[in-house]
Amino acid sequence: MSAASETLAKELRLVCGERLALHVNVAGEITAEVPTAELLAIAQQLRDAPELKFELLVDVAGVDYLDYGRSEWRTEQASGSGFSRGVDEAAGHTLRGERRYAVVYQLLSLTHNRRVRLRVWCEGEEDPAVDSLTGIWASANWFEREAFDLFGILFRNHPDLRRLLTDYGFIGHPFRKDFPLIGNVEVRYDAELKRVIYEPVTIEARILVPRVIRHDNRYEEALKSAPAGAARG
Amino acid sequence: MAELRNLTMNFGPQHPAAHGVLRLVLEMDGEVIQKADPHIGLLHRGTEKLAESKPFNQSIGYMDRLDYVSMMCNEHAYVLAIENLLGIRPPERAQYIRVMFDEITRILNHLMWLGAHGLDIGAMTMFLFCFREREDLMDCYEAVSGTRMHATYYRPGGVHRDLPDAMPRYQASRWRSQADADRLNAARAGSLLDFIEDFTRRFPACVDEYETLLTDNRIWKQRTVNIGVVGPERAMQLGFTGPMLRGSGIEWDLRKKQPYEVYAAMDFDIPVGRSGDCYDRYLVRVEEMRQSNRIIRQCVAWLRANPGPIIVEDRKVRAPRREEMKGDMESLIHHFKFMTEGYCVPEGETYAAVEAPKGEFGIYLVSDGANKPYRLKCRAPGFAHLAALSEMVEGHMLADVVAVIGTQDIVFGEIDR
Repeated sequence: MSAASETLAKELRLVCGERLALHVNVAGEITAEVPTAELLAIAQQLRDAPELKFELLVDVAGVDYLDYGRSEWRTEQASGSGFSRGVDEAAGHTLRGERRYAVVYQLLSLTHNRRVRLRVWCEGEEDPAVDSLTGIWASANWFEREAFDLFGILFRNHPDLRRLLTDYGFIGHPFRKDFPLIGNVEVRYDAELKRVIYEPVTIEARILVPRVIRHDNRYEEALKSAPAGAARG
Repeated sequence: MAELRNLTMNFGPQHPAAHGVLRLVLEMDGEVIQKADPHIGLLHRGTEKLAESKPFNQSIGYMDRLDYVSMMCNEHAYVLAIENLLGIRPPERAQYIRVMFDEITRILNHLMWLGAHGLDIGAMTMFLFCFREREDLMDCYEAVSGTRMHATYYRPGGVHRDLPDAMPRYQASRWRSQADADRLNAARAGSLLDFIEDFTRRFPACVDEYETLLTDNRIWKQRTVNIGVVGPERAMQLGFTGPMLRGSGIEWDLRKKQPYEVYAAMDFDIPVGRSGDCYDRYLVRVEEMRQSNRIIRQCVAWLRANPGPIIVEDRKVRAPRREEMKGDMESLIHHFKFMTEGYCVPEGETYAAVEAPKGEFGIYLVSDGANKPYRLKCRAPGFAHLAALSEMVEGHMLADVVAVIGTQDIVFGEIDR
C-alpha cells in the first residue's frame, strides 16, 4: 500500500469509523464497502468532512455478480456437437457471493486530489434497492437512472426514476447477466401495416464467449524463470 | 381572456444542431425554455455488455467507437485499466507515443467541436477552416494505424507498431493535378515525425486565424457571452470535468493533477475560465489547442532522439513478432491462442481515467480472473454534461439551446455507449 492510500485509509477510518470495510487493490486504489442502511449518512460525511471533501461523484455503475467466477466452458467431457461444446447453458446461474447486485460509486476530491470507490450491496433479489444519492451529488441523477434501466436497481427517493438508454416500452434489464446478448425482440418495418413492429428474435444465440481460462500453467512462476526458449508457447 | 399554456416542442433526433441523435423535449413559454428533457439512448449499442463476452484485446476497437471524435483517448483509458490490473507499464517510447497521439486527438476533437459549434451559431467559414487542419491529423492517424478514425492503435503494454518512416503521398489523378499533388506532398517527403513537426509549426498560425474570426467577433460574443452560465460549486455538484469544469474557473486537469504516462515531464499550462459561460469555455478550448501543440512538439523532439521498444516484451500480453511466427511453429500456435483466447487478467477491480478532450473519460473494470472482463463501465464525460442541459438552458431562448449543446461538446457515441 502506498503512503497516499494509507493516509486516505486512515482518514476514512477516522471519519466513518468501523462502518466501512476497506480493500486496497494492486494499483493502490481504495474500495470502501458501505452497509446499505448507512449509505446516505456516509456519503454525506465523505462530501462534507474537511479531511475528505469528495466534491465530485464521477461515476455510478451497477454490477451484477450473478456469474462471478463461473466459467462457461467446462471441457471435461467432449460433446462433439460443434463449436459451443463445453458451454452448458442449462446449468443455470449460481450466485457466488451473498448478494447479487451492487452499486459502485467513484468519488473524486478536488481539494485533496484523490479518489475512493464505494460499493454498496443492494437489498432484495428481485427488486434490488438502495438509497438515491441525488440529494448529495446532483450528478447522481442520470447515473442512477442508467443503473435502474440496465440493471433494474431501484433508487429510493430518486426524483425521476425513468428508463434512460433503452427503447420506449422496453421490457427487461439488458445488462443483467441472465439477459441474453442477442436480446428478446427485434424491430423491423412492416410494409403492410406501414409501421415499425416488434417480433421475437429470429437469430439463434451463438456462444460467442471465448474459452475461459482461469488457471493457465504456462505462465506459472516456475516456468517463467526457466531459460528463454523453454517456456515459449 | 384566452387561456395561455406552455408549448411542448420536439427538438431532434434529426435536427442537425442536435449533434447526432439527441431528442430534446422542450417545454416553452413563448420562446423561453421552461424545461428541457433530453431523451437519449438512440445510439445505445451495449458496448459494455458486448465487451463482457470477448477477450480483452478485442474490445479495444469498440473504444474508438464510443467518442468517435477522440478515438485514441478512449483506447487509452481502456488499456490503462487493463495495465493496472496486470501490473505492467509500457516502455517509455510507447508512453511518449501515447501522449503525442492523445494530444493529436485533443486537437482533432477541438477542431471538430469548433467547426461544428461555429456552424451551429452561424459561422460557416469555421467549419471549412477546421476541417482543413483535421485532414492533416487524420493523415497522421492513417499513417500510424491504417485507418483515419477508428485506429485501434493502443495495446495493453504499449502500442501496436512503431511510427512509420515514410508518409503516404498523394498521386495525381483525373481529379487532382500534378501541381496540386506536389503541393500536398511537400510536407510528406519525410517520416511521420517530420510531418507532425511541420504541422506543429503551421498550426499556431491557424489558431490565430480562427481567433481573428471569432474571439472579438460581435455576433459570436452575442451568441456566447453569458449563455449557459455554471458556477464553480454547481459545476462540481453536476460532475463536470474537462473544459466544462475549467471554464467555470476550477483549475483541474488530470494531466497535471494525476499525471499518467509521461505528462509529468511535459511543459504546458492549463487554461482556466472565469465566468463559466459559453464564451469562456470557447476560450479555454482554443487555448488547449495551443497547449496541445506545445506538448506534441516536446514529444516529437524526444521521439526523434530516443528509439526503442514500443511494447512490453512479456509475451503473455502481446502477440509474437510476425518474423518469428513465420519460421517457428510454437510462435504460430502462440499467435493463434493469443488472438482467440487472449490472456487472463488477475481478479480485481480498477478505475482508470484519462483527461479526454471532453473531460474525464474513465473505465471501471472488474475482472474475475478470466480472459474477458466481468464488467466494464465507461464513464463518459458528455453523459454528466448532458444531464445538466436542462439546468443550463432554463430561462434561455430556443436559439441558445443550440449554443449550449455546442459548448457541451456532445457526442452520442460515448453518451449512449
